[in-house]
Amino acid sequence: MKAIMTVTAQDRVGIIAGVCSLLADMGVNILDLNQTVMEGIFTMTLLVDTSTSSRSFDDIRAALIASGERDNLSIHIQRADIFEAMHRV
Amino acid sequence: MLNISDIMQTVNMIDHQHLDIRTITLGISLYDCADPDIRTCARKIHDKVCTKAAHLVETGEVIEREYGIPIINKRISVTPIAQVAASCSGDDYAVIGHALDSAAKECGVNFIGGFSALVHKGFTEGDRKLIASIPETLSTTELVCSSVNVATTKAGINMDAVAMMGRIIKDTAELTADRDGLGCAKLVVFANAVEDNPFMAGAFHGSGEPECVVNVGVSGPGVVWRALQDVRGASFDVLAETVKRTAFRITRMGQVVANAASERLGVPFGIVDLSLAPTPAQGDSVARILEAMGLEVCGTHGTTAALALLNDAVKKGGVMASGHVGGLSGAFIPVSEDEGMISAVKSGALSLEKLEAMTCVCSVGLDMIAIPGDTSSDTISAIIADEAAIGVINNKTTAVRIIPAPGKNVGDNVEFGGLLGSAPVMRVNSAGSGEFIERGGRIPAPIHSLRN
Repeated sequence: MKAIMTVTAQDRVGIIAGVCSLLADMGVNILDLNQTVMEGIFTMTLLVDTSTSSRSFDDIRAALIASGERDNLSIHIQRADIFEAMHRV
Repeated sequence: MLNISDIMQTVNMIDHQHLDIRTITLGISLYDCADPDIRTCARKIHDKVCTKAAHLVETGEVIEREYGIPIINKRISVTPIAQVAASCSGDDYAVIGHALDSAAKECGVNFIGGFSALVHKGFTEGDRKLIASIPETLSTTELVCSSVNVATTKAGINMDAVAMMGRIIKDTAELTADRDGLGCAKLVVFANAVEDNPFMAGAFHGSGEPECVVNVGVSGPGVVWRALQDVRGASFDVLAETVKRTAFRITRMGQVVANAASERLGVPFGIVDLSLAPTPAQGDSVARILEAMGLEVCGTHGTTAALALLNDAVKKGGVMASGHVGGLSGAFIPVSEDEGMISAVKSGALSLEKLEAMTCVCSVGLDMIAIPGDTSSDTISAIIADEAAIGVINNKTTAVRIIPAPGKNVGDNVEFGGLLGSAPVMRVNSAGSGEFIERGGRIPAPIHSLRN
């Protein structure tokens, strides 16, 4: 399943490294990644494929949210279709 | 990949602007549950609802997690019970109401609609029995919603039914007096009721509907309000365009969820109802959208025009976003369920008369309005007749969901809790309408009903 992940936080060193290694540990493949810093807020969006992972979507989502809470990151993961439907005619 | 700002816009809509799916409503036909014995009929209804809706809530929750979109309500609508129970020997249809209530609780949904009768041209015996059972049913069940259609553009207005519903509303309020007349919050009197409305309390599964169907209602007043903040001072052309674009996005989300629900439940997709449905939460108000267009308080002069623009632009934006649009589709203006409406009533700017005018241009009618408990049934019937006339003449759905709160007077507040919110008791015209209502009979269909 293709999903869009968003990560927002106060900018600091190592956010991308932390998030990406967690995804790698879970076997989630990153298809695309965008990152910027807007007024000191780190904002990253990733297109990921969860079908490469042996874990269920619910598991992956729970692990990401838990790690976000631990490291002070706001993390969302949602099926990609919703974004395409809302922003493309 | 999509650009960051589009993605973040969607995330913000959900996180900060109350964008959500208001309801996934599963419509279930109960025609095959008819039985001469009312208890057998009730058991068949209970069992069928429990079987068909067994996975509704669980499926809704999975979709919620995968798509990251809150789905606030999972609900069930059924064939109007007056039609299903017509062949039953008993008089008291409350037995069936209880079966619906217990089935709804077993399935984990928060409302079940369809304790209904369609009497726009006249009553069958089943219709009479059902209507007589409404007060007891609504006072002894928690999740059952009831509706009665008293008029259509094709048939005119059944004034006998209008008179009867005034009395039924009073009786329902009395039987639920300990809860401020809460039973009336689950009772809608319609003109031109639609068969595929997913919203409560007026949902029922119409006779032209399939065996089972998924209808979805979207909601996003907060998103529209936020979008209007960026076009303050701009012309109406820009305003309308902004609402249209926003409605398109909201409805697309509804369509994606509707497709997912339909596929996973193995039930055909019916319609997306592209309504703006407010909640009592801050930032989820239709009244505040009208104020964002430049009105000091909702209810002042200009409100009807603002609502007309909003209602039309929501439809135009939404219609291209969905394969099948239906239900009520437009802006809802329930008083108790909208923080801005409550505040406008309290400030004195929004009256019952202005609300009536607003119902000429929006998708429903006088909705969730508390009036003094000593209001006569004739006056309530006359309020229904006025609304029905607006619906019949303008070829649109109108409805009355009004609560004569026992023991309460103008200025008091009525608390229903949850999504039903709280309502300040509003003033009604004290001059009588008794002789008018007592006439009985039918108000003929308007000339434009003859379109064939």
